[in-house]
Amino acid sequence: MTDALAPAADAHETGPSRTGRSGAHATLRHVAGRVGGALLSLLLVVVLGFLLFRVVPGDPVVAMTRGRPMNAELIAEMRARFGLDDPLPVQFLEHLGQLVRGDLGTSYFYRRPVAELIGERVGPTLLLAGTSTVIAVALGLWLGVRSAWRRASRFDQISTGVALTLWAMPTFWLGLLLLVVTGDLFPSGGIRSSGTPPGLLPEILDVAHHMVLPCLTMIAVVYAQYLLVMRSSLLEEMGADYLITAKAKGLRDDQVRRRHAVPNALLPTVTQVFMHLGLVVSGAITVETVFSWPGLGLLTYEALSGPDLPLLQGTFVVLAGAVIVMNLLADLLLRVLDPRVRAS
Amino acid sequence: MVTVRARRWSLAAVVGVLGAVVAPAATTPVAAAQPVGQQGVTLRVALTRQVDSLNPFLSITQVGTEVGRLMYDFLTAYDPKDQRPVEGLANGWTTSDDDLTWTFTVPEGKKWSDGEEITAEDVAFTYNLMLTNEVARTANGNFVANFESVTAPDPRTLVVRTKTPQATMLALDVPIVPEHVWAGVTDVENHANDQAPVVGSGPFLLAEHRPNEFIKLTANPNYWRGAPKISELHFVSYKNLDAAVQALGKGEVDLINRLGPAQYDSLRDADDIGLNKGRGSRFNELVFNSGAATSTGEPIGDGHPALQDVRVRQALAKAVDVDTIVERVNGGYAEPGTGLMPPSNARFHFTPARPRTFDLDAANADLDAAGYARGADGIRVGPDGRALNLRLVGHANRAYDEQAAEFLKRSFADVGVGVDVQLVDDNQLNDTSTSGAFDLLFSSWGTNPDPDFILSLHTCARRPNAAGTGGTTDTFFCDETYDRLYAQQATEVDQDARAEIVKEMQQRFYDQVPAVILGYDNVLEAYREDRFASFQVQPDPGGSIMEQNGVWGYYGATPTDAATAPRGTSTGLVVAVVAGVVIVLAGGAWLIGRRRRATAEDRE
Repeated sequence: MTDALAPAADAHETGPSRTGRSGAHATLRHVAGRVGGALLSLLLVVVLGFLLFRVVPGDPVVAMTRGRPMNAELIAEMRARFGLDDPLPVQFLEHLGQLVRGDLGTSYFYRRPVAELIGERVGPTLLLAGTSTVIAVALGLWLGVRSAWRRASRFDQISTGVALTLWAMPTFWLGLLLLVVTGDLFPSGGIRSSGTPPGLLPEILDVAHHMVLPCLTMIAVVYAQYLLVMRSSLLEEMGADYLITAKAKGLRDDQVRRRHAVPNALLPTVTQVFMHLGLVVSGAITVETVFSWPGLGLLTYEALSGPDLPLLQGTFVVLAGAVIVMNLLADLLLRVLDPRVRAS
Repeated sequence: MVTVRARRWSLAAVVGVLGAVVAPAATTPVAAAQPVGQQGVTLRVALTRQVDSLNPFLSITQVGTEVGRLMYDFLTAYDPKDQRPVEGLANGWTTSDDDLTWTFTVPEGKKWSDGEEITAEDVAFTYNLMLTNEVARTANGNFVANFESVTAPDPRTLVVRTKTPQATMLALDVPIVPEHVWAGVTDVENHANDQAPVVGSGPFLLAEHRPNEFIKLTANPNYWRGAPKISELHFVSYKNLDAAVQALGKGEVDLINRLGPAQYDSLRDADDIGLNKGRGSRFNELVFNSGAATSTGEPIGDGHPALQDVRVRQALAKAVDVDTIVERVNGGYAEPGTGLMPPSNARFHFTPARPRTFDLDAANADLDAAGYARGADGIRVGPDGRALNLRLVGHANRAYDEQAAEFLKRSFADVGVGVDVQLVDDNQLNDTSTSGAFDLLFSSWGTNPDPDFILSLHTCARRPNAAGTGGTTDTFFCDETYDRLYAQQATEVDQDARAEIVKEMQQRFYDQVPAVILGYDNVLEAYREDRFASFQVQPDPGGSIMEQNGVWGYYGATPTDAATAPRGTSTGLVVAVVAGVVIVLAGGAWLIGRRRRATAEDRE
């Protein structure tokens, strides 16, 4: 109670010069609070990830060794090496200790450090998800602005209708459909062909060639959400008085839209984009499966069959971490972008 | 002004990227068929499952070991025709009178890929590493578990002493590694072994490994059986079979396997696609919970007690219509089941003297005679008053389980037994089977040329320990006669005598019915016949190209004349690049021009 009152009283006594500092103080506290919250979420994710995957049915050693000549001693050796026979609290402490040291453990299946595996896969996923998101955001915003500006026009009806139809399509199905429809134009999977001649240019072309279909699929399925947010927030702005003023000043329609309406309407959209960024990586799972894209989503999916516990925990922490970090960024960015948030 | 220029450039860049991406499409089929500047033919194989590791001591998956055996030969190999043991690194062997000492000869003239001579010392080093290093026995420890000592008194002679006579001494599926390389590997666990050059002895050598993308192997020109007829072998990863089938159709890969009956049939009329239906080594079975227990005999799980009565199991086996399941569920692509060894393994395959036939009347009569009378609802009731309602557990992701379950449900209903089908995911199913929490269960196993492992699964010792772990059985079968015969065959070094014991064991299994073998799946494979004329199948005739017990399929791949003919592929790529650049420039110029016009209008 006293705490809450103190800064206000301070500000009153010492006048305007203190207001700036108290503002900075508030900002700092806000940032610290958000970062602290994010760290707490991350800790919860770690605990949850550990417990969740212990509940998942299945014995990793049984799944791995099935159908291979194995005797009881070998199986016992393997269990001991994976630490599967230790009591749960011991396993958890071990896991926590590893995490603190930045070690995500060793995959049961690949027999390689989880961090290394994730590092290997994060590039392709970022390339695919990043490219598609950038294009989807650009496309969504552009179409959204046009649609809102000419609301209920044929353009609006068609573009919104198409976007919603694509959004409703199952990703898996759309991907396979594209694969069949495009015939021989694009490769049916992977990130590069095994027979590409060495050299930077052929490799870049090869990767780009492989990226077309997965990118198209991802864009088609997600761009609608950006379009709709942009469209609705611009529609809200369109009745505002300042736009009438701008028009009255004699500005052309195009200028009113570009310089006045869109910047204001962009705020909720930016938040939305950042909220989605965190989910983009996990959202790539289906696309990666259809197009055999060697990314993180696929790695997670593979880890589930086993279950490859260290790999599952690792990918879970990384994927959930991405969401938390992006949410944090959205929070902080909104404060920078919007003076109203800062003031409140 | 600055912003306008920046905008122009960014637009030009976008157009450029689009142009470059679309341009290669026009020429890719040509470009992909053969890399620039490469002599000879590349065989590209689609893999639909993951390679775990290329370290031969750690690789445990079927596909990982399949790639591994192309790089490292074993001490002995399996004949492509009838799978009998033939020359591997060793070309001769003798046993002592007490069958405890085996002496192998590793002949002169076989070389590692770096030119070093392959010696008996390399073999001794490999086996001894597994005997002394826990990590090194991860994948193949079972093969050396009965070894007393391994020595190489001279570079040509390997002497293995076993604790008890061991029937599987010519079926040691252990990749032999070069001592001069692996003696320097201090940490086997963290040795990925995937950086070329990897010194090997097999027909192919590792050139490049991009995990989850592809594995490139090149032909080993010094392979002791002679160089392969192809120059490169690529394994390309696909995450789903449908995409792999597409890739075959487009000519991106040359060979795929594990096709389902529907996919196989759909390729029947496709151009340039050859098909191979081989006799497989895998079987599907219906397991009865005949009394799950731990290795100490402590009962576990909650199986229906009626199934512990062998008369019930025998009667129910008569209500399993094996032929119809093969015809309808396998689409005819299987052979009806009898014993644990498939017909493709002629030496150990068993045909019952009095085969069981599908006979509902006989099944009903047997159940009546055993005292399981029908209740008011038509379901039979056991002497303990429990109705014969059985849970049938299967894999949710296998169409086979779902469809076969329907046939079983119908015919079991006709003999007064209720079936509740529960399809669950693989992990759940593993848990259910190891804990004995089922009545009926679908299971499937692959078999090796040597019957020891598949027979061992049904011995008392393979049941889980008191903690419920370490078990490998799913029948929980524990039968004195069967166990005695198992011990007998394990030490019978004369393979013909051993085959008789193995058949006797399968007869016992057949009579006691811990499981009904439903059928041996055919192996369904497809390849580009415009590029490849033939492959060496195993067994021959009627075998498979991939997933063999050997390297024959890839090693014996013979390209067509058309595939070996040189082509001007580099021209294709050059045209693609030039076309791409032209599109980029044209698009950029157009956009900039348009932009300029637009700005001019703006200024008005």
